[in-house]
Amino acid sequence: MSIQLKHLTKKYEGSDTPVLENVSAHIEDNEFFAIVGPSGCGKSTLLRMIAGIIPISSGSLYLNGEVANDLAPKDRKLSMVFQSYALYPFLSVFDNIAFGLKARKQPKDLIKQRVDKALALVNLTDHRDRKPKDLSGGQRQRVALARAIANESKICLMDEPLSNLDAQLRAKMRIELKELQQKLGLTVIYVTHDQVEAMTMADHVMVLNHHHVQQIDTPLGVYQHPSNEFVASFFGTPQINLINAQYQNGSLKMDEDFIMDTDDALIEGHQYKVGIRPNQLQINSDVNNGNAQVVNVSQLGDRTMVEARLKNEQEVRIVLDGQVDIRPQQFIQIEGANGYFIFDADDRSLVSVKKGALTNA
Amino acid sequence: MLKSFDNKALEELNDSNASENERAKKGLKKRSDFGYAVLFLGPSLLLLGVFVFYPMIKTLYMSLFLTNNFGQTTIFVGLKNYTSLLTSASFLASLSSTFIYVIGVMVLTIVLGLALAVFANQKLKGIQFFRTIFSSTMGVSVSVAAIFFLFVFNPTTGLLNQMAGLLHLPQLNWMTDPNLAMITVIVSTVWMNLGFTFLVLFGALQAVPRSLYDAADIEGASKSYQLFKITIPMISPSLFFVGIVTLIGAFKSFGLIDLMTAGGPNNATNLLVYRIYQDAFLNGNYSQASTESIVLTIIIAVMTIIQFKVLEKRVNY
Amino acid sequence: MDIANSSQRIGKHKFKISNFLQYLLLIILALIVIGPFLLGLWTSFLPTSSITKGSLAGSLTFDNYVTAVQTTPVLRYLLNSFIVSIIRTVGEVLLCSMAAYAFVFLKFKGRNFIFYLFLATMMLPFEAEVIPNFMTVKSMNLLNTYSVMIIPFLTSAFGTFMLRQSFLQIPTDLKEESDVEGLSHFQFYWHVVLPYSKITLLTLAAYSFLSSWNEYLWPMLTTFSDQYRTVQAGLRQMQSTETFNNWGMIMASAVIVVIPTLIILFVGQHFFKSGLNDGSVK
Repeated sequence: MSIQLKHLTKKYEGSDTPVLENVSAHIEDNEFFAIVGPSGCGKSTLLRMIAGIIPISSGSLYLNGEVANDLAPKDRKLSMVFQSYALYPFLSVFDNIAFGLKARKQPKDLIKQRVDKALALVNLTDHRDRKPKDLSGGQRQRVALARAIANESKICLMDEPLSNLDAQLRAKMRIELKELQQKLGLTVIYVTHDQVEAMTMADHVMVLNHHHVQQIDTPLGVYQHPSNEFVASFFGTPQINLINAQYQNGSLKMDEDFIMDTDDALIEGHQYKVGIRPNQLQINSDVNNGNAQVVNVSQLGDRTMVEARLKNEQEVRIVLDGQVDIRPQQFIQIEGANGYFIFDADDRSLVSVKKGALTNA
Repeated sequence: MLKSFDNKALEELNDSNASENERAKKGLKKRSDFGYAVLFLGPSLLLLGVFVFYPMIKTLYMSLFLTNNFGQTTIFVGLKNYTSLLTSASFLASLSSTFIYVIGVMVLTIVLGLALAVFANQKLKGIQFFRTIFSSTMGVSVSVAAIFFLFVFNPTTGLLNQMAGLLHLPQLNWMTDPNLAMITVIVSTVWMNLGFTFLVLFGALQAVPRSLYDAADIEGASKSYQLFKITIPMISPSLFFVGIVTLIGAFKSFGLIDLMTAGGPNNATNLLVYRIYQDAFLNGNYSQASTESIVLTIIIAVMTIIQFKVLEKRVNY
Repeated sequence: MDIANSSQRIGKHKFKISNFLQYLLLIILALIVIGPFLLGLWTSFLPTSSITKGSLAGSLTFDNYVTAVQTTPVLRYLLNSFIVSIIRTVGEVLLCSMAAYAFVFLKFKGRNFIFYLFLATMMLPFEAEVIPNFMTVKSMNLLNTYSVMIIPFLTSAFGTFMLRQSFLQIPTDLKEESDVEGLSHFQFYWHVVLPYSKITLLTLAAYSFLSSWNEYLWPMLTTFSDQYRTVQAGLRQMQSTETFNNWGMIMASAVIVVIPTLIILFVGQHFFKSGLNDGSVK
């Protein structure tokens, strides 16, 4: 089941700015497609437009090659897992999962067979007669999942399904969800604000911000080739450094004594932002008077996180492997980076991607 | 309001008393607010004593005696008043009218109130206007409602018969036919109840999470399936609450009967409370009226206890 | 794209028809609900001569209102109802909040017992107690006064429970803080508890006012003169006497009487809604 979005736009009556504008994407059969972005970017709206809960203002939605804009939700042959799970509190686990099948008047033995199968898939067979209030958060989440599975539709929409779970459970469920998707051959559209979920599970990621698509790519693609500043800063923890720089005589000048050579043909005197991931920076801490002063040091055990300040007050985050002996107030020399991005300071779009070590002049 | 009766509230009360005792045992200074309690609770207790507890005991007492025209007790007769009352054809007729009335009122009130609430629970422009209208009968007092409906049902000038005349339908004697008179008072009572019922059920509907309906839409449940399988189960505590409140209110109906039918025609609408009033204040038969009052109290008490028990259990599913 | 756009248009069209049907249904329901009121309002402007002929047409006039105000004590009834209802409302809110305070913040022996006693009164219908109550107020010489309609209703178990529930929501920190600051129970009650539970107090006040205004049986039994009759007993009086056939005037009086409560309802609706649902659904 492939899904195609063509120039989808959502506008509410009486409002000038659309909630979503011109969203296009092609989602292949059996693909895990993540829609990721900060809250309020329109990602849940997009999912609900695909589900048919919210009408589409303009553009078209194709399900399996056919226009589905005006299909009722029930005719779109898809299932959905809600952030709140949307379980019926007065029904047992079994009846919650069987709800849709009963609504569609399926024969009893078929319902039982499908529900039992779904229960077994999410390991809830022993809890079939419990009410949702007697289950833990993780178990409720599984019931919601089982309900979507029992539906046996090949498209499953998920709206932040793991956001109400604790961190440990979330990590476990990420793996289980991915396994389940592959085992059942589902096409999943997965909405999340958590870049880790998108990175670990998805085949392709759509990054939404300010009602517009920023980029659609593989997880590695958005990490290695962010189309703009927003995408670069959304993926990767700790966040990428975005340092203001001016291009002068073949070099990017981030500070008086922090300058990197570049062979890109940039505009002389123009402002750029240099994006450097914290783990790509190379420093020398054995100096008397470097180009940055340490503000804060966090020892994370396997890594050491250093926050330093350039002389022109720009902050830089650096992640070093292992436990490094660096103290606040001390000076360090930032020597260069193994790779970096150059963004245009005006329109924030990607200008160039650099790989390999460079040193400052 | 009814929340107050759940076990948790009682537990809290017990807990705080227990911790008080513990503190006393530990030899800490025991703080009793008895003086304050008298000041804060005294007035309420005094009033409830004089106007609720004393009259209840007095009514019970009078129901065991014969009384004279001034309401003074004369001869102790034990339960004789009760046996004669429960074998009296006219009382049993009155009781059965009361049950017909009460059930009719409750069923119609809930069905119509739910319909209003469901239709008002949509996202439409100007819906607030309709919500206000639907709740408006709550502000119409009993005598005003009676006057409106006396006019609606009036055999000659009334709206219903005027309309029937225009449509060449038979004009009915709404107020003088015993069966129709019962319908008349039921309809009027239901109308009066609508505003309150609407407000409660509408509030309950608004508390049902939107995602439950979205999920059902996706799973292919029709709107009517959703109404019976999601909406009604989800708001069942509120449905039960308005049901029992309506039931209790209907058992206590007096004003509409007094104004519209005065128990007639032919005692067809002589409901329990109206009968008590007639026996006591028109016929001077105080012992019989007291006995009937006790019957009413038992009915109301049973309803109230059921209400508390069920709400306690069902509120959380 | 073209196909998509045309089907989109069909969708919007369908949407409009269903919207129209919804409005139609809502309007019909609204007419049923306010029909009796509209009919009453309309006839209150018609001359009685056309009403008794069964006609709903005729020249509209304020005559019925003038007659009602000049020849009947309807305004006096209104005044009486206001006096009784306002005093009852203030009294009930005050005494119930005090009792609720005692159940929540005071520690004394027998608190449980008294609490259950209050619970029990909810089961006892006032309608079943009118006979001894009538004798009591008669022996106190209260018949045909304002007091007789006020005193028995200055407190209620219902109001006490409603407020108790609200007071239980007050964080215990506040009580402890006020203990540290040395506030007396009266000060804590007045300066902290009452302001904190303002919404519930207003809900109870609106409820109390409306139920007082609607009280029928008791005022009818205990008042004999227009000097003290409330609107309920008053309208009954008007309806049972010679004015009965003057439909126009009766309707005008009914409309005069219903307006204040409708206003209170619409103003207080916001509070009602939250209050009612606090009670019925958790």
